[in-house]
Amino acid sequence: MKHFPRIFLIAVVGCMLLAAYGASSTPGGTPTPATTSITLNVFAATSLTESFNAIATAYHQMHPNVTIKFNYNGSQILEQQIANSAPADVFASADSANMTKASDAGLVNTSRIFVKNRLVVILPINNPGNITSLKDLAKKGIKIDLEATAVPAGKYSRQVLDNLSKSPGYGASYASAVLSNVVSLEDNVKAVVQKVQLGEADAGFVYRTDVTAAVASKLKVIDIPDPYNVIAQYPIAVVKSSTHASEAQAFISFVLSPAGQTILAKYHFITTSV
Amino acid sequence: MPLPLQKQFSAHNTWSRWSARLLVGVLAASFFLFIGIPLAALVIREPPALLWLAISQPEALQAVQLSIITTSISTLLTVVFGLPVAYVLARLRFPGRAVLETLVTMPTVLPPVVAGVALLITFGRFGLLGRYLSPLGITLPFTTVAVVMAQIFVASPFFINSAKAGLEQLDRRYELAAYTLRASPLYAFRRIVFPLIRPALLSGIGLAWARALGELGATITFAGNFPGTTETTPIAVYIAAESNLESAVALSVVLLAISFGLLLALRLGRNRIRG
Repeated sequence: MKHFPRIFLIAVVGCMLLAAYGASSTPGGTPTPATTSITLNVFAATSLTESFNAIATAYHQMHPNVTIKFNYNGSQILEQQIANSAPADVFASADSANMTKASDAGLVNTSRIFVKNRLVVILPINNPGNITSLKDLAKKGIKIDLEATAVPAGKYSRQVLDNLSKSPGYGASYASAVLSNVVSLEDNVKAVVQKVQLGEADAGFVYRTDVTAAVASKLKVIDIPDPYNVIAQYPIAVVKSSTHASEAQAFISFVLSPAGQTILAKYHFITTSV
Repeated sequence: MPLPLQKQFSAHNTWSRWSARLLVGVLAASFFLFIGIPLAALVIREPPALLWLAISQPEALQAVQLSIITTSISTLLTVVFGLPVAYVLARLRFPGRAVLETLVTMPTVLPPVVAGVALLITFGRFGLLGRYLSPLGITLPFTTVAVVMAQIFVASPFFINSAKAGLEQLDRRYELAAYTLRASPLYAFRRIVFPLIRPALLSGIGLAWARALGELGATITFAGNFPGTTETTPIAVYIAAESNLESAVALSVVLLAISFGLLLALRLGRNRIRG
Protein backbone atom coordinates (compact mmCIF):
# COMPACT_ATOMS: atom_id res chain seq x y z
CA MET A 1 0.00 0.00 0.00
CA LYS A 2 2.94 2.32 0.74
CA HIS A 3 4.18 2.07 -2.82
CA PHE A 4 0.81 2.75 -4.30
CA PRO A 5 1.37 6.45 -5.07
CA ARG A 6 4.67 5.74 -6.80
CA ILE A 7 3.17 3.00 -8.95
CA PHE A 8 0.30 5.29 -9.73
CA LEU A 9 2.71 8.05 -10.73
CA ILE A 10 4.62 5.69 -13.01
CA ALA A 11 1.36 4.57 -14.60
CA VAL A 12 0.25 8.15 -15.19
CA VAL A 13 3.60 9.17 -16.68
CA GLY A 14 3.52 6.04 -18.84
CA CYS A 15 0.07 6.89 -20.16
CA MET A 16 1.16 10.46 -20.92
CA LEU A 17 4.21 9.24 -22.81
CA LEU A 18 2.04 6.85 -24.79
CA ALA A 19 -0.40 9.64 -25.58
CA ALA A 20 2.43 11.93 -26.63
CA TYR A 21 3.85 9.18 -28.82
CA GLY A 22 0.47 8.57 -30.41
CA ALA A 23 -0.08 12.27 -31.02
CA SER A 24 3.32 12.84 -32.57
CA SER A 25 3.32 9.72 -34.73
CA THR A 26 0.04 10.43 -36.49
CA PRO A 27 1.05 13.38 -38.66
CA GLY A 28 4.47 11.87 -39.31
CA GLY A 29 2.85 8.77 -40.78
CA THR A 30 1.34 10.47 -43.82
CA PRO A 31 3.79 11.37 -46.56
CA THR A 32 3.17 14.67 -48.30
CA PRO A 33 2.59 14.15 -52.02
CA ALA A 34 3.56 16.70 -54.63
CA THR A 35 -0.01 17.85 -55.25
CA THR A 36 -1.90 19.23 -52.28
CA SER A 37 -3.46 16.32 -50.46
CA ILE A 38 -7.04 16.66 -49.33
CA THR A 39 -9.34 14.67 -47.12
CA LEU A 40 -12.92 13.99 -48.11
CA ASN A 41 -15.35 13.36 -45.26
CA VAL A 42 -17.94 10.90 -46.48
CA PHE A 43 -21.00 10.42 -44.28
CA ALA A 44 -22.45 7.06 -45.26
CA ALA A 45 -25.18 4.74 -44.00
CA THR A 46 -23.93 1.80 -41.92
CA SER A 47 -25.02 -0.74 -44.53
CA LEU A 48 -22.43 0.74 -46.90
CA THR A 49 -19.49 0.05 -44.56
CA GLU A 50 -17.84 -2.88 -46.35
CA SER A 51 -18.53 -1.74 -49.91
CA PHE A 52 -17.51 1.89 -49.36
CA ASN A 53 -14.29 0.84 -47.66
CA ALA A 54 -13.48 -1.13 -50.81
CA ILE A 55 -14.46 1.81 -53.02
CA ALA A 56 -12.23 4.15 -50.99
CA THR A 57 -9.25 1.83 -51.45
CA ALA A 58 -9.81 1.71 -55.21
CA TYR A 59 -10.36 5.46 -55.39
CA HIS A 60 -7.27 6.29 -53.37
CA GLN A 61 -5.16 4.19 -55.75
CA MET A 62 -6.39 6.28 -58.67
CA HIS A 63 -6.19 9.59 -56.79
CA PRO A 64 -3.34 9.27 -54.27
CA ASN A 65 -3.79 12.87 -53.13
CA VAL A 66 -7.36 12.21 -51.95
CA THR A 67 -7.80 10.49 -48.62
CA ILE A 68 -11.30 9.43 -47.76
CA LYS A 69 -12.51 9.45 -44.20
CA PHE A 70 -15.80 7.74 -43.42
CA ASN A 71 -18.38 8.41 -40.80
CA TYR A 72 -20.73 5.41 -40.83
CA ASN A 73 -23.98 5.64 -38.92
CA GLY A 74 -27.73 5.36 -39.30
CA SER A 75 -28.92 7.70 -42.07
CA GLN A 76 -31.20 9.54 -39.64
CA ILE A 77 -28.22 10.25 -37.36
CA LEU A 78 -26.00 11.38 -40.24
CA GLU A 79 -28.71 13.76 -41.40
CA GLN A 80 -28.89 15.24 -37.88
CA GLN A 81 -25.11 15.59 -37.76
CA ILE A 82 -24.97 17.40 -41.10
CA ALA A 83 -27.84 19.65 -40.00
CA ASN A 84 -25.73 20.52 -36.96
CA SER A 85 -22.88 21.53 -39.30
CA ALA A 86 -20.64 18.49 -38.98
CA PRO A 87 -17.82 18.77 -41.55
CA ALA A 88 -19.17 16.52 -44.32
CA ASP A 89 -18.36 16.58 -48.03
CA VAL A 90 -20.54 13.71 -49.23
CA PHE A 91 -23.77 12.28 -47.79
CA ALA A 92 -24.86 8.76 -48.78
CA SER A 93 -28.20 7.82 -47.25
CA ALA A 94 -29.87 4.41 -47.02
CA ASP A 95 -33.27 5.90 -47.71
CA SER A 96 -34.78 8.75 -49.69
CA ALA A 97 -36.57 10.13 -46.63
CA ASN A 98 -33.42 11.34 -44.90
CA MET A 99 -31.93 12.69 -48.13
CA THR A 100 -35.16 14.60 -48.81
CA LYS A 101 -34.97 15.97 -45.27
CA ALA A 102 -31.41 17.16 -45.88
CA SER A 103 -32.27 18.60 -49.26
CA ASP A 104 -35.39 20.39 -47.94
CA ALA A 105 -33.19 21.98 -45.30
CA GLY A 106 -30.83 23.19 -48.05
CA LEU A 107 -27.95 21.09 -46.74
CA VAL A 108 -27.10 19.16 -49.91
CA ASN A 109 -26.94 19.60 -53.69
CA THR A 110 -29.07 17.50 -56.04
CA SER A 111 -28.90 13.85 -55.08
CA ARG A 112 -28.74 10.77 -57.28
CA ILE A 113 -29.77 7.19 -56.56
CA PHE A 114 -26.54 5.20 -56.77
CA VAL A 115 -27.59 1.79 -55.57
CA LYS A 116 -30.57 -0.25 -54.34
CA ASN A 117 -31.00 -2.84 -51.66
CA ARG A 118 -33.62 -5.48 -50.91
CA LEU A 119 -34.80 -7.15 -47.76
CA VAL A 120 -34.31 -10.83 -46.98
CA VAL A 121 -35.22 -13.10 -44.08
CA ILE A 122 -32.25 -14.60 -42.25
CA LEU A 123 -32.22 -17.71 -40.05
CA PRO A 124 -29.51 -19.16 -37.81
CA ILE A 125 -27.58 -21.84 -39.73
CA ASN A 126 -28.95 -24.62 -37.46
CA ASN A 127 -32.48 -23.28 -38.01
CA PRO A 128 -33.91 -23.83 -34.51
CA GLY A 129 -37.35 -22.60 -35.60
CA ASN A 130 -37.46 -25.14 -38.43
CA ILE A 131 -38.39 -22.48 -40.96
CA THR A 132 -38.33 -23.36 -44.63
CA SER A 133 -40.52 -20.68 -46.19
CA LEU A 134 -41.88 -17.21 -45.54
CA LYS A 135 -45.17 -18.86 -44.52
CA ASP A 136 -43.45 -20.54 -41.58
CA LEU A 137 -42.83 -17.13 -40.02
CA ALA A 138 -46.49 -17.13 -39.00
CA LYS A 139 -46.15 -20.40 -37.05
CA LYS A 140 -46.96 -19.97 -33.37
CA GLY A 141 -43.96 -19.78 -31.03
CA ILE A 142 -41.40 -18.64 -33.60
CA LYS A 143 -39.08 -15.92 -32.32
CA ILE A 144 -38.72 -13.10 -34.81
CA ASP A 145 -36.34 -10.18 -34.44
CA LEU A 146 -37.27 -6.94 -36.17
CA GLU A 147 -36.05 -3.36 -36.33
CA ALA A 148 -38.09 -0.67 -34.59
CA THR A 149 -40.43 1.35 -36.84
CA ALA A 150 -38.12 4.38 -36.51
CA VAL A 151 -35.45 2.47 -38.45
CA PRO A 152 -35.97 2.36 -42.25
CA ALA A 153 -35.47 -1.43 -42.35
CA GLY A 154 -38.18 -1.81 -39.69
CA LYS A 155 -40.57 0.28 -41.75
CA TYR A 156 -39.78 -1.74 -44.90
CA SER A 157 -40.20 -5.09 -43.09
CA ARG A 158 -43.72 -4.16 -42.07
CA GLN A 159 -44.46 -3.07 -45.64
CA VAL A 160 -43.28 -6.47 -46.86
CA LEU A 161 -45.58 -8.21 -44.37
CA ASP A 162 -48.50 -6.05 -45.51
CA ASN A 163 -47.71 -6.85 -49.14
CA LEU A 164 -47.64 -10.58 -48.38
CA SER A 165 -50.92 -10.34 -46.46
CA LYS A 166 -52.60 -8.96 -49.56
CA SER A 167 -51.60 -11.99 -51.57
CA PRO A 168 -54.08 -14.91 -51.44
CA GLY A 169 -51.26 -17.39 -50.84
CA TYR A 170 -50.60 -15.94 -47.39
CA GLY A 171 -53.96 -14.68 -46.22
CA ALA A 172 -55.06 -11.47 -44.54
CA SER A 173 -54.02 -12.59 -41.06
CA TYR A 174 -50.42 -13.30 -42.11
CA ALA A 175 -48.94 -9.94 -41.09
CA SER A 176 -50.52 -9.91 -37.65
CA ALA A 177 -49.55 -13.54 -37.04
CA VAL A 178 -45.91 -12.77 -37.90
CA LEU A 179 -45.90 -9.56 -35.85
CA SER A 180 -47.23 -11.43 -32.81
CA ASN A 181 -44.08 -13.58 -33.01
CA VAL A 182 -41.80 -10.56 -32.72
CA VAL A 183 -39.72 -10.77 -29.54
CA SER A 184 -37.58 -7.67 -29.93
CA LEU A 185 -37.46 -4.36 -31.79
CA GLU A 186 -33.84 -3.50 -32.46
CA ASP A 187 -32.46 -0.04 -33.06
CA ASN A 188 -30.40 -1.09 -36.08
CA VAL A 189 -30.08 -3.86 -38.65
CA LYS A 190 -26.74 -5.16 -37.37
CA ALA A 191 -28.33 -5.93 -33.98
CA VAL A 192 -30.82 -8.20 -35.75
CA VAL A 193 -27.98 -9.94 -37.58
CA GLN A 194 -26.19 -10.42 -34.26
CA LYS A 195 -29.15 -12.00 -32.47
CA VAL A 196 -30.03 -14.30 -35.36
CA GLN A 197 -26.39 -15.26 -35.87
CA LEU A 198 -26.16 -16.28 -32.19
CA GLY A 199 -29.34 -18.31 -32.59
CA GLU A 200 -31.33 -16.30 -30.06
CA ALA A 201 -33.97 -15.38 -32.62
CA ASP A 202 -35.37 -17.90 -35.12
CA ALA A 203 -35.63 -15.36 -37.92
CA GLY A 204 -35.00 -11.72 -38.70
CA PHE A 205 -35.57 -9.19 -41.45
CA VAL A 206 -32.40 -7.53 -42.77
CA TYR A 207 -30.97 -6.11 -45.99
CA ARG A 208 -29.41 -8.63 -48.36
CA THR A 209 -26.15 -6.69 -48.00
CA ASP A 210 -26.08 -7.33 -44.25
CA VAL A 211 -25.35 -10.98 -44.95
CA THR A 212 -21.68 -10.09 -45.27
CA ALA A 213 -18.83 -12.50 -45.89
CA ALA A 214 -18.09 -12.43 -42.16
CA VAL A 215 -21.49 -13.80 -41.15
CA ALA A 216 -22.61 -15.67 -44.28
CA SER A 217 -21.47 -19.04 -42.92
CA LYS A 218 -23.63 -18.60 -39.81
CA LEU A 219 -26.84 -17.67 -41.56
CA LYS A 220 -29.41 -19.07 -43.95
CA VAL A 221 -31.14 -16.66 -46.29
CA ILE A 222 -34.75 -16.80 -47.47
CA ASP A 223 -35.39 -14.44 -50.38
CA ILE A 224 -38.50 -12.31 -50.49
CA PRO A 225 -39.94 -12.31 -54.03
CA ASP A 226 -39.50 -8.91 -55.68
CA PRO A 227 -43.23 -8.20 -56.17
CA TYR A 228 -43.67 -8.28 -52.37
CA ASN A 229 -40.30 -6.85 -51.47
CA VAL A 230 -39.47 -3.25 -50.70
CA ILE A 231 -36.52 -2.01 -52.67
CA ALA A 232 -34.58 0.56 -50.66
CA GLN A 233 -33.07 3.36 -52.71
CA TYR A 234 -29.73 4.85 -51.71
CA PRO A 235 -29.24 8.49 -52.75
CA ILE A 236 -25.88 10.27 -52.67
CA ALA A 237 -25.15 14.02 -52.79
CA VAL A 238 -22.47 16.65 -52.29
CA VAL A 239 -22.93 18.55 -49.04
CA LYS A 240 -23.38 22.28 -49.71
CA SER A 241 -20.96 23.39 -46.99
CA SER A 242 -18.17 21.24 -48.48
CA THR A 243 -14.90 23.06 -49.11
CA HIS A 244 -13.89 20.37 -51.64
CA ALA A 245 -17.04 20.32 -53.75
CA SER A 246 -15.36 19.37 -57.02
CA GLU A 247 -13.40 16.50 -55.41
CA ALA A 248 -16.60 15.38 -53.67
CA GLN A 249 -18.39 15.37 -57.04
CA ALA A 250 -15.52 13.37 -58.57
CA PHE A 251 -15.89 10.76 -55.83
CA ILE A 252 -19.63 10.50 -56.46
CA SER A 253 -18.96 10.11 -60.20
CA PHE A 254 -16.67 7.20 -59.37
CA VAL A 255 -19.35 5.58 -57.22
CA LEU A 256 -21.76 5.86 -60.15
CA SER A 257 -19.19 4.66 -62.70
CA PRO A 258 -19.05 1.00 -63.86
CA ALA A 259 -15.95 0.48 -61.67
CA GLY A 260 -17.75 1.72 -58.57
CA GLN A 261 -20.92 -0.18 -59.39
CA THR A 262 -18.96 -3.41 -59.86
CA ILE A 263 -17.60 -3.08 -56.34
CA LEU A 264 -21.08 -2.41 -54.94
CA ALA A 265 -22.48 -5.43 -56.79
CA LYS A 266 -19.83 -7.60 -55.16
CA TYR A 267 -21.43 -6.71 -51.83
CA HIS A 268 -24.88 -7.79 -53.05
CA PHE A 269 -26.28 -4.36 -53.80
CA ILE A 270 -28.62 -3.98 -56.73
CA THR A 271 -26.73 -1.62 -59.00
CA THR A 272 -28.36 1.09 -61.04
CA SER A 273 -27.93 0.82 -64.78
CA VAL A 274 -25.68 3.73 -65.61
CA MET B 1 9.28 50.87 5.18
CA PRO B 2 9.05 47.12 5.89
CA LEU B 3 6.16 45.81 7.94
CA PRO B 4 6.85 44.05 11.23
CA LEU B 5 7.51 40.41 10.61
CA GLN B 6 4.31 39.17 12.27
CA LYS B 7 2.13 41.46 10.24
CA GLN B 8 3.88 40.48 7.06
CA PHE B 9 3.16 36.83 7.79
CA SER B 10 -0.48 37.28 8.54
CA ALA B 11 -0.94 39.42 5.44
CA HIS B 12 0.69 36.69 3.42
CA ASN B 13 -1.49 34.05 5.08
CA THR B 14 -4.70 35.92 4.45
CA TRP B 15 -3.71 36.47 0.85
CA SER B 16 -2.87 32.83 0.20
CA ARG B 17 -5.96 31.66 2.04
CA TRP B 18 -8.16 33.84 -0.13
CA SER B 19 -6.42 32.94 -3.35
CA ALA B 20 -6.78 29.23 -2.49
CA ARG B 21 -10.46 29.73 -1.78
CA LEU B 22 -10.92 31.61 -5.01
CA LEU B 23 -9.17 28.89 -6.98
CA VAL B 24 -11.25 26.13 -5.41
CA GLY B 25 -14.40 28.16 -5.92
CA VAL B 26 -13.71 28.86 -9.58
CA LEU B 27 -12.76 25.25 -10.33
CA ALA B 28 -15.79 23.84 -8.50
CA ALA B 29 -18.19 26.37 -10.00
CA SER B 30 -17.00 25.72 -13.55
CA PHE B 31 -17.47 21.99 -13.00
CA PHE B 32 -20.99 22.46 -11.62
CA LEU B 33 -21.79 24.50 -14.71
CA PHE B 34 -20.25 21.87 -16.98
CA ILE B 35 -22.53 19.20 -15.51
CA GLY B 36 -25.49 21.42 -14.77
CA ILE B 37 -25.97 23.32 -18.02
CA PRO B 38 -26.42 20.26 -20.31
CA LEU B 39 -28.88 18.78 -17.82
CA ALA B 40 -30.76 22.06 -17.57
CA ALA B 41 -30.74 22.27 -21.38
CA LEU B 42 -32.64 18.97 -21.50
CA VAL B 43 -35.17 20.16 -18.94
CA ILE B 44 -35.90 23.56 -20.51
CA ARG B 45 -35.81 22.47 -24.16
CA GLU B 46 -39.45 21.46 -24.41
CA PRO B 47 -42.37 23.42 -22.98
CA PRO B 48 -43.86 21.74 -19.87
CA ALA B 49 -47.18 21.00 -21.60
CA LEU B 50 -45.39 19.05 -24.32
CA LEU B 51 -43.28 17.24 -21.72
CA TRP B 52 -46.44 16.22 -19.91
CA LEU B 53 -48.08 15.03 -23.11
CA ALA B 54 -45.05 12.93 -24.04
CA ILE B 55 -44.78 11.46 -20.56
CA SER B 56 -48.45 10.52 -20.34
CA GLN B 57 -48.23 8.34 -23.46
CA PRO B 58 -48.99 4.73 -22.46
CA GLU B 59 -45.70 3.47 -23.94
CA ALA B 60 -43.72 6.02 -21.97
CA LEU B 61 -45.51 5.14 -18.74
CA GLN B 62 -44.95 1.46 -19.43
CA ALA B 63 -41.22 2.04 -19.92
CA VAL B 64 -40.90 4.11 -16.75
CA GLN B 65 -42.83 1.50 -14.79
CA LEU B 66 -40.64 -1.31 -16.11
CA SER B 67 -37.52 0.68 -15.26
CA ILE B 68 -38.63 1.25 -11.68
CA ILE B 69 -39.59 -2.39 -11.14
CA THR B 70 -36.49 -3.94 -12.73
CA THR B 71 -34.01 -1.56 -11.09
CA SER B 72 -35.62 -2.14 -7.67
CA ILE B 73 -35.20 -5.89 -8.08
CA SER B 74 -31.69 -5.65 -9.48
CA THR B 75 -30.56 -3.30 -6.71
CA LEU B 76 -32.03 -5.59 -4.06
CA LEU B 77 -30.27 -8.62 -5.55
CA THR B 78 -27.06 -6.62 -5.88
CA VAL B 79 -27.13 -5.96 -2.13
CA VAL B 80 -27.99 -9.58 -1.26
CA PHE B 81 -25.15 -11.02 -3.34
CA GLY B 82 -22.79 -8.04 -3.32
CA LEU B 83 -22.52 -7.54 0.43
CA PRO B 84 -20.96 -10.99 1.03
CA VAL B 85 -18.62 -10.34 -1.91
CA ALA B 86 -17.55 -7.01 -0.41
CA TYR B 87 -17.08 -8.69 2.97
CA VAL B 88 -14.93 -11.48 1.56
CA LEU B 89 -12.77 -9.03 -0.39
CA ALA B 90 -12.38 -6.58 2.49
CA ARG B 91 -11.77 -9.05 5.30
CA LEU B 92 -10.28 -12.29 4.07
CA ARG B 93 -6.73 -12.66 2.85
CA PHE B 94 -6.32 -15.50 0.38
CA PRO B 95 -4.34 -16.14 -2.78
CA GLY B 96 -6.01 -14.70 -5.84
CA ARG B 97 -7.86 -12.04 -3.87
CA ALA B 98 -6.39 -9.23 -5.99
CA VAL B 99 -7.52 -11.05 -9.13
CA LEU B 100 -11.06 -11.42 -7.82
CA GLU B 101 -11.08 -7.79 -6.70
CA THR B 102 -10.13 -6.68 -10.21
CA LEU B 103 -12.58 -9.11 -11.79
CA VAL B 104 -15.47 -7.61 -9.87
CA THR B 105 -14.66 -4.17 -11.30
CA MET B 106 -14.36 -5.40 -14.90
CA PRO B 107 -18.03 -4.90 -15.89
CA THR B 108 -17.57 -1.14 -15.39
CA VAL B 109 -14.70 -1.10 -17.90
CA LEU B 110 -16.40 -3.27 -20.49
CA PRO B 111 -18.42 -1.36 -23.09
CA PRO B 112 -22.01 -2.24 -22.11
CA VAL B 113 -22.77 -3.74 -25.52
CA VAL B 114 -19.88 -6.16 -25.01
CA ALA B 115 -21.24 -6.99 -21.56
CA GLY B 116 -24.52 -7.80 -23.31
CA VAL B 117 -22.78 -10.04 -25.82
CA ALA B 118 -20.96 -11.81 -22.94
CA LEU B 119 -24.30 -12.47 -21.25
CA LEU B 120 -25.83 -13.60 -24.53
CA ILE B 121 -23.10 -16.15 -25.28
CA THR B 122 -23.33 -17.41 -21.70
CA PHE B 123 -27.05 -17.45 -20.95
CA GLY B 124 -28.45 -17.41 -24.50
CA ARG B 125 -30.27 -20.34 -26.07
CA PHE B 126 -27.02 -21.80 -27.36
CA GLY B 127 -24.78 -20.18 -24.75
CA LEU B 128 -22.27 -21.86 -22.45
CA LEU B 129 -24.82 -22.30 -19.67
CA GLY B 130 -27.99 -21.42 -21.55
CA ARG B 131 -27.86 -24.62 -23.62
CA TYR B 132 -28.48 -26.62 -20.44
CA LEU B 133 -31.37 -24.37 -19.47
CA SER B 134 -33.30 -24.52 -22.72
CA PRO B 135 -34.15 -28.27 -22.44
CA LEU B 136 -35.76 -27.33 -19.12
CA GLY B 137 -37.89 -24.83 -20.96
CA ILE B 138 -35.98 -21.83 -19.62
CA THR B 139 -34.87 -19.20 -22.12
CA LEU B 140 -33.58 -15.95 -20.74
CA PRO B 141 -33.03 -13.55 -23.69
CA PHE B 142 -36.02 -11.33 -24.52
CA THR B 143 -37.39 -11.67 -20.96
CA THR B 144 -37.66 -9.24 -18.06
CA VAL B 145 -35.33 -11.55 -16.11
CA ALA B 146 -32.64 -10.80 -18.69
CA VAL B 147 -33.16 -7.06 -18.10
CA VAL B 148 -32.54 -7.55 -14.37
CA MET B 149 -29.48 -9.74 -15.06
CA ALA B 150 -27.96 -7.12 -17.39
CA GLN B 151 -28.52 -4.41 -14.79
CA ILE B 152 -26.90 -6.46 -12.02
CA PHE B 153 -23.95 -7.35 -14.25
CA VAL B 154 -23.22 -3.72 -15.09
CA ALA B 155 -24.25 -1.92 -11.89
CA SER B 156 -23.18 -4.22 -9.03
CA PRO B 157 -19.47 -3.18 -9.06
CA PHE B 158 -20.51 0.28 -7.92
CA PHE B 159 -22.18 -1.16 -4.82
CA ILE B 160 -19.48 -3.74 -4.12
CA ASN B 161 -16.63 -1.25 -4.30
CA SER B 162 -18.41 1.23 -2.09
CA ALA B 163 -19.35 -1.43 0.50
CA LYS B 164 -15.81 -2.81 0.41
CA ALA B 165 -14.32 0.65 1.02
CA GLY B 166 -16.69 1.09 3.97
CA LEU B 167 -15.62 -2.23 5.47
CA GLU B 168 -11.93 -1.50 4.92
CA GLN B 169 -12.13 1.88 6.66
CA LEU B 170 -14.04 0.45 9.59
CA ASP B 171 -12.06 0.33 12.82
CA ARG B 172 -12.13 -3.35 13.66
CA ARG B 173 -11.59 -2.70 17.35
CA TYR B 174 -15.29 -1.97 17.83
CA GLU B 175 -16.19 -5.31 16.39
CA LEU B 176 -13.49 -7.11 18.39
CA ALA B 177 -14.74 -5.44 21.53
CA ALA B 178 -18.17 -6.89 20.81
CA TYR B 179 -16.64 -10.33 20.42
CA THR B 180 -14.90 -10.02 23.81
CA LEU B 181 -18.38 -9.36 25.16
CA ARG B 182 -19.43 -12.67 23.58
CA ALA B 183 -21.45 -11.24 20.77
CA SER B 184 -22.15 -13.73 17.96
CA PRO B 185 -20.69 -12.78 14.53
CA LEU B 186 -24.17 -12.14 13.21
CA TYR B 187 -25.05 -9.98 16.20
CA ALA B 188 -21.80 -8.07 15.89
CA PHE B 189 -22.46 -7.46 12.21
CA ARG B 190 -26.01 -6.35 12.77
CA ARG B 191 -25.35 -4.09 15.73
CA ILE B 192 -21.79 -2.86 15.21
CA VAL B 193 -20.59 -3.28 11.62
CA PHE B 194 -23.80 -2.53 9.80
CA PRO B 195 -24.55 0.81 11.48
CA LEU B 196 -20.96 1.94 10.93
CA ILE B 197 -20.84 1.08 7.23
CA ARG B 198 -24.39 2.19 6.53
CA PRO B 199 -23.32 5.46 4.84
CA ALA B 200 -21.02 3.52 2.51
CA LEU B 201 -23.78 1.01 1.77
CA LEU B 202 -26.31 3.74 1.04
CA SER B 203 -23.99 5.57 -1.31
CA GLY B 204 -23.18 2.26 -3.01
CA ILE B 205 -26.88 1.50 -3.37
CA GLY B 206 -27.44 4.94 -4.84
CA LEU B 207 -24.66 4.55 -7.39
CA ALA B 208 -25.69 1.04 -8.41
CA TRP B 209 -29.34 2.01 -8.67
CA ALA B 210 -28.58 5.05 -10.77
CA ARG B 211 -26.32 3.03 -13.06
CA ALA B 212 -29.03 0.38 -13.44
CA LEU B 213 -31.62 3.06 -14.25
CA GLY B 214 -29.43 4.39 -17.04
CA GLU B 215 -28.45 0.94 -18.37
CA LEU B 216 -28.92 0.66 -22.12
CA GLY B 217 -26.25 -1.23 -24.07
CA ALA B 218 -26.12 -4.50 -22.15
CA THR B 219 -29.90 -4.61 -21.82
CA ILE B 220 -30.75 -4.06 -25.48
CA THR B 221 -28.10 -6.59 -26.51
CA PHE B 222 -29.00 -9.33 -24.03
CA ALA B 223 -32.69 -8.72 -23.40
CA GLY B 224 -33.68 -7.00 -26.62
CA ASN B 225 -36.34 -4.32 -26.81
CA PHE B 226 -40.04 -5.02 -26.52
CA PRO B 227 -42.60 -2.68 -24.94
CA GLY B 228 -43.81 -3.98 -21.59
CA THR B 229 -41.30 -6.81 -21.21
CA THR B 230 -37.85 -5.43 -21.96
CA GLU B 231 -38.24 -1.81 -23.07
CA THR B 232 -36.81 0.18 -20.17
CA THR B 233 -36.79 3.98 -20.14
CA PRO B 234 -33.25 4.44 -21.53
CA ILE B 235 -34.06 2.08 -24.43
CA ALA B 236 -37.30 3.93 -25.11
CA VAL B 237 -35.33 7.19 -25.11
CA TYR B 238 -32.74 5.74 -27.45
CA ILE B 239 -35.29 4.41 -29.92
CA ALA B 240 -37.39 7.57 -29.74
CA ALA B 241 -34.33 9.72 -30.42
CA GLU B 242 -34.12 8.12 -33.88
CA SER B 243 -37.41 9.57 -35.02
CA ASN B 244 -38.85 11.87 -32.40
CA LEU B 245 -36.37 13.96 -30.47
CA GLU B 246 -39.12 15.72 -28.49
CA SER B 247 -40.43 12.55 -26.88
CA ALA B 248 -36.86 11.34 -26.33
CA VAL B 249 -36.06 14.52 -24.44
CA ALA B 250 -39.29 14.27 -22.45
CA LEU B 251 -38.54 10.71 -21.39
CA SER B 252 -34.98 11.70 -20.50
CA VAL B 253 -36.35 14.36 -18.20
CA VAL B 254 -38.45 11.72 -16.42
CA LEU B 255 -35.40 9.51 -16.09
CA LEU B 256 -33.42 12.44 -14.69
CA ALA B 257 -36.18 13.31 -12.24
CA ILE B 258 -36.42 9.74 -10.94
CA SER B 259 -32.66 9.38 -10.60
CA PHE B 260 -32.27 12.77 -9.00
CA GLY B 261 -35.04 12.10 -6.49
CA LEU B 262 -33.65 8.69 -5.64
CA LEU B 263 -30.06 9.83 -5.18
CA LEU B 264 -31.10 12.89 -3.22
CA ALA B 265 -33.27 10.77 -0.91
CA LEU B 266 -30.39 8.36 -0.27
CA ARG B 267 -28.03 11.26 0.38
CA LEU B 268 -30.41 12.96 2.79
CA GLY B 269 -31.01 9.62 4.52
CA ARG B 270 -27.28 9.17 4.88
CA ASN B 271 -26.76 12.63 6.30
CA ARG B 272 -29.56 12.17 8.80
CA ILE B 273 -27.92 9.02 10.10
CA ARG B 274 -24.61 10.85 10.40
CA GLY B 275 -26.08 13.93 12.09
